[in-house]
Amino acid sequence: MAFAAFATTAGPGEEVQRRRSPIALLLLLPGILYLALFFLTPLVSLVLTSLQVPSATGEPGVYDPAFQWENYVTVINDYWPHILRSFGYALIATVLALAFSYPLAYFIGVKARPWPLLQSLMLVLVIAPFFISFLLRTLAWKQLLSDESFVITALKALSVMPPDAHFTGTPVAVIFGLTYNFIPFMTLPLYTTLERLDVRFLEAGSDLYASPLQVFRKVTIPLSMPGIVAGTLLTFIPAAGDYVNASRSFLGGSDTQMMGNVIEANFLVLENYPAAAALSIILMSVILVIVTIYIRRAGTEELL
Amino acid sequence: MKPRTMPADPMIQELIRQAQRAQIGRRTVLAGAGAGAAALALAACSTGGGSTKPTPAKDKSATDKKVNWANWAAYIDEDDAGNYPTIDAFTKQTGIKVNYDVAVDDNNTYYGKVKDQLALGQDIGADTVCLTDWMVARWIRLGYTQKLDHANIPNLKNLTPGLLNVDFDKGRNQSLPWQGGFAGIAWNKDKLPGGLKSVDDLWDPSLKGRVGVLSEMRDTLGLIMLQNGVDISGDWGDEEFNAANDIFAKQVGDGQIRNIKGNAYLEDLKSEDTLAAIVWSGDITVINAEAGDHWEFAIPTAGGTLWNDNFLVPIGSPRKANAEALINYYYEPEVAAEVAAWVNYITPVVGAKEAAMAIDPTLAENQLIFPNEETLSKAHVFRGLSPAEEAKYNAEFQKVLLG
Repeated sequence: MAFAAFATTAGPGEEVQRRRSPIALLLLLPGILYLALFFLTPLVSLVLTSLQVPSATGEPGVYDPAFQWENYVTVINDYWPHILRSFGYALIATVLALAFSYPLAYFIGVKARPWPLLQSLMLVLVIAPFFISFLLRTLAWKQLLSDESFVITALKALSVMPPDAHFTGTPVAVIFGLTYNFIPFMTLPLYTTLERLDVRFLEAGSDLYASPLQVFRKVTIPLSMPGIVAGTLLTFIPAAGDYVNASRSFLGGSDTQMMGNVIEANFLVLENYPAAAALSIILMSVILVIVTIYIRRAGTEELL
Repeated sequence: MKPRTMPADPMIQELIRQAQRAQIGRRTVLAGAGAGAAALALAACSTGGGSTKPTPAKDKSATDKKVNWANWAAYIDEDDAGNYPTIDAFTKQTGIKVNYDVAVDDNNTYYGKVKDQLALGQDIGADTVCLTDWMVARWIRLGYTQKLDHANIPNLKNLTPGLLNVDFDKGRNQSLPWQGGFAGIAWNKDKLPGGLKSVDDLWDPSLKGRVGVLSEMRDTLGLIMLQNGVDISGDWGDEEFNAANDIFAKQVGDGQIRNIKGNAYLEDLKSEDTLAAIVWSGDITVINAEAGDHWEFAIPTAGGTLWNDNFLVPIGSPRKANAEALINYYYEPEVAAEVAAWVNYITPVVGAKEAAMAIDPTLAENQLIFPNEETLSKAHVFRGLSPAEEAKYNAEFQKVLLG
């Protein structure tokens, strides 16, 4: 859904020749059917569900078709703190992931060029976490950072943390989890652009008396913009909808619940399907709007 | 300026190509409209719902010798090889093959998964399911269960008399208990050698941030209401509920309660994030056996909650007689004792205690498996809620959970 934003910003094709043949359309058919069945149908169903009213029988979880757009007003009123929190956490996690990933990707993609083996090794290290389910990894962090764990007791002994403070169940833990889980999604696109960075541009910048900082700001960053845009989108979009890190069973607590958790509670516990559907639509729309604005502001159409 | 090249990132490249292809013409608009209409038609099928009660499926047990049983995790005897000895014995005895499926993780999620099929009277892939009292009450109310033929369950005579006439199923025509248990308090014996007596002890300032409670509304608020002196089986209303929920909200808001979970609370006890908690009785026996003897369970002085999970036969099941044979088998005292020895929950079968004596006398003495009158007098059943109450109270409770 969110990627539809790209379609509105990309200019007309230059290199790609447009050919229309019945065979191409025929080949597209399975894809179109697939999208209609597994994307369009659930989406329409979601919109219809979000407008339903509780059944007159009062039985929980039973709803009748209607056009109750007030559902949207109700969920925004009830859950605006969670909506803001979701995007706040996602934004902080994206910025942190960028701050961690950029130097890492720069090192792998530019500085480590003379040592291909080191490059491959470091790339493997970035990708290696994918070999283990991220649920397990998140649970492992929960155990590693529990109150009686070595890390936390050591931090408390050093008076870095006050004696009655906790880590799990706090906003810090949730943002930590989000950042940690999405760092590979940030690093890999950054790496693919930085890997092709032509260092001669940097040399030229220095020759023209630019300071290292100026070269970085005026040459490196603009050249790596496609990677930054792709990485931030790949981090921000799933992070905003994430419900695992913030879940009470993982790193979150009652005051760190994000939109995904609210949707989960409404779907599975409260059986308030219209509210859950309305929240899902709001989440998608807000992401769509944010991403569109972001891409326009970042000037990606120039880059593409 | 160097000529523009495609960005290196393959995803972006793909997106650009897609965007370039997406030229909107008359034909594509028409195709899109067609797909939209098709999706609408499909979606309409998925959201339709009838209000008439479904009718039971035709029974073909005699020719189809199998039964599908959906149950909760760690809720039946299991040997080291992963076999279920009592089920194997049942198959040997009757020739009915049992497909035991650990499909129930939570009452609400299981219900959410099968409710649309139930409403249409379709087979949900289970011929018998074990669910908690209040959820069983809902299935019966909606007509999603089949009437049990007591002639096929002669062992019904072994049912604990107190469980025969429950308010949601007088005479047990639609459901029969599988196992029951208490919700009470547990604590870490090493860190809190003094132990806890009541729910109020959980609010002690020294435990700030180290207290856990269950995400099951009836157990957590039930215990708090009992502490407030409310008879949870009796006639209470909004006032009593709100008083308990306010205490709960305050303890969560102050950071006294940090963990609110379903079965995952066991992890917090092990990691010692939680030192004292509201828990289910059988679990504590199990983790003491699994992770060293560190925890103790008690029913609070003001009382604990008592619940049962019950067998029922879903409306669409074509193998009701087989399911009845299975239920009948588990009401044999010897079989019930074998299960109880493994799952550590309360068996509803009279005579199981005597049978357990033969297996292991200390087992028969365990008050959490074979409670005596005195223990049972401290346990209370949360009263049935009307649909409107259930929706209202659940929403209030979830409001605290979501912060």
